[in-house]
Amino acid sequence: MSKKPTSSRKTDDGATPYNSRQAAVNARLGKDELIAFYRDMVRIRRFEERCLRSYQQGKIGGFLHLYIGQESIAVGCASVMGKDDHIITAYRDHGHALAVGMGMNELMAENYGKYTGCSKGKGGSMHYFDPARHFWGGHGIVGGQIPLGTGLAFGLKYKGLKGACMAFMGDGAVNQGAVHESYNLAALWNLPVIFVIENNGYSMGTSQARSSAAPSLAQRAEGYGMAWEIAENGHDILEVREKFDRLLKLAHDESKPSVLEIRTYRYRGHSVADPDSTYREKKEVEEYKTNKDPIITYQKALVGEGVLTDDLIKQIDDAARAEAETSAQFADESPYPTVEDIKKDVYWEADNPADRKSVGSLFFD
Amino acid sequence: MPVITYREALRHAMSEEIERDENVILMGEEVGQFNGAYKVSEGMLAKYGPKRVIDTPISEAAFIGAGIGASLLGVRPVMELMFFSFYTVAFDQIFNNAANMRYMSGGLTHCPIVIRGPANGGTNVGATHSHTPEGIAAYHPGIKVVVPSNAYDAKGLMKSAIRDNDPVMFMENTMLYGESCEVPDEEYLVPLGKARILREGTDLSIIGHGRPIQLALKAADLLKEKHNINVEVVDLRSIRPLDEETILNSVKKTNRALFVEEAKPFCSVGAMVACIIQEKAFDYLDAPVKRVTSIDAPAIYCPPLEKIQLPNVERIFDAALDLLK
Repeated sequence: MSKKPTSSRKTDDGATPYNSRQAAVNARLGKDELIAFYRDMVRIRRFEERCLRSYQQGKIGGFLHLYIGQESIAVGCASVMGKDDHIITAYRDHGHALAVGMGMNELMAENYGKYTGCSKGKGGSMHYFDPARHFWGGHGIVGGQIPLGTGLAFGLKYKGLKGACMAFMGDGAVNQGAVHESYNLAALWNLPVIFVIENNGYSMGTSQARSSAAPSLAQRAEGYGMAWEIAENGHDILEVREKFDRLLKLAHDESKPSVLEIRTYRYRGHSVADPDSTYREKKEVEEYKTNKDPIITYQKALVGEGVLTDDLIKQIDDAARAEAETSAQFADESPYPTVEDIKKDVYWEADNPADRKSVGSLFFD
Repeated sequence: MPVITYREALRHAMSEEIERDENVILMGEEVGQFNGAYKVSEGMLAKYGPKRVIDTPISEAAFIGAGIGASLLGVRPVMELMFFSFYTVAFDQIFNNAANMRYMSGGLTHCPIVIRGPANGGTNVGATHSHTPEGIAAYHPGIKVVVPSNAYDAKGLMKSAIRDNDPVMFMENTMLYGESCEVPDEEYLVPLGKARILREGTDLSIIGHGRPIQLALKAADLLKEKHNINVEVVDLRSIRPLDEETILNSVKKTNRALFVEEAKPFCSVGAMVACIIQEKAFDYLDAPVKRVTSIDAPAIYCPPLEKIQLPNVERIFDAALDLLK
């Protein structure tokens, strides 16, 4: 039961025509919700910018994969997600974490390796978790989270729970074997999972044309008899919502998996360690920023609708900057985990000694 | 007391746990309609239905990963690898996801899964199907590893493994599937991390796990018969957690230790145990710790040579004599 992608709505100047505004999932939106989406995207961007500064100050170690440019996807999908739905993603996970309601403080503290971080400073930027919000990470290996997301959907179905799982990946992940195996399993078992490909055009420094045979990544779903869609204008949060909503319904109502490819763009390098000088022209980045920035285009549309005013825009922006700044201060002032903490959170049994059933040494010197 | 095979013991353990806990499922290649490649799950599909006994495609990365994902929601999957050797295809899922996720989430998650299957050579199936990765698995903090050597332990350890809230790698042996011993009808559990002294002795401790420890019992009989040597045989049963206390007490009593295992010698469980013994019982040792392992090469196909490559009674016997010189 494959579904052809709906025709893309291109405009010469790249501006979004906002046809998606009329889609059922969007037509009912009130002013407050429309503004909330805007606020969430701005919060992600200001958080990411503050992360970059902290990284440059030497406060954050290792990798830092920034989400700037892709905000419409995390916010768009999370805004459609219901309370019974689950989410899992890869290492570019800051946007998704904020979109599902995690706080800047616990995220920034995690980046700083602090005990107040969402993973007590043990996971870092790539490994955010919040099971209470059905956010299952935060995974470092390209495509490695996709079997897990498939399994979350299996678990929901097995236990007779409502809801679906959205399993996010980048365009680089589609060439991993585990992803294809998962597609097959999900289709074979009719699992309620939506595989969301955030196609930003580059798997690290390798363009899509140089890494993936055939131009459509979503169309590979046909090989597994799955429905698929492409959101051509991934910068348009309302188009993201429209396409995602359709596939989420398929998962909810018919327990069918699907693949959604969302075309997007990242402004920064793969990680901040990427000098971003070998594989794309600065002009390309600038063109996207000018014509398709997810925040600016949405802002213009909302101003046009009379939903946003200059005052409100400034107010939202100031608040997001302040929130990000506060999170950096919180992270700075938070304690590191202790040396004793290194061996905690390894085994459930070791952390719950009263309920331990096994005997013998779990750890070695 | 009834005498049942190692294979039946595993089936009984899984069946009892499926009946006890609605979250327990068995999944894997050929576990259902085919009745199990080695018939461990024979009859289980007919008895428990396709919701609880689930055939998977040949996609180890996906179904092991899916089992790990489902376990996050409280499902307790027992996943059969037709050969444990196929863990290599699911390595990322097992050792990045199952082993690390609890840690990377600061303790917010846990994975109550069992990955089980035969991990042994000796059946002329060549290097790809004869891996003994208990050392590789146990190397990873977050993972538990058990290797039962007989039907009684297989059942009791399997039931404990299924109830365990951490990921357990459960390594069986095709050459033991048909071996029988007394197994009680009434329910019992064998805790992970408790070694078992299979034979008491005073002159030498032979320590190990899996099928080689059964061979050690035969070598011990011969050593008694031919040289009046009293060997103590310690079956670890569980690699991680490890029963250091039983190992050290035995060595302190006998003053000599021989480790037997089917794995290759480099970075093996025996290497780790030898290290622990020299660190914690050095003053009790009358001789260096010795090991009998497989000969250090990929598993050979050639049937007569494979017998020689693997630990056997003769090599264990000779090593013990050498240690007592």
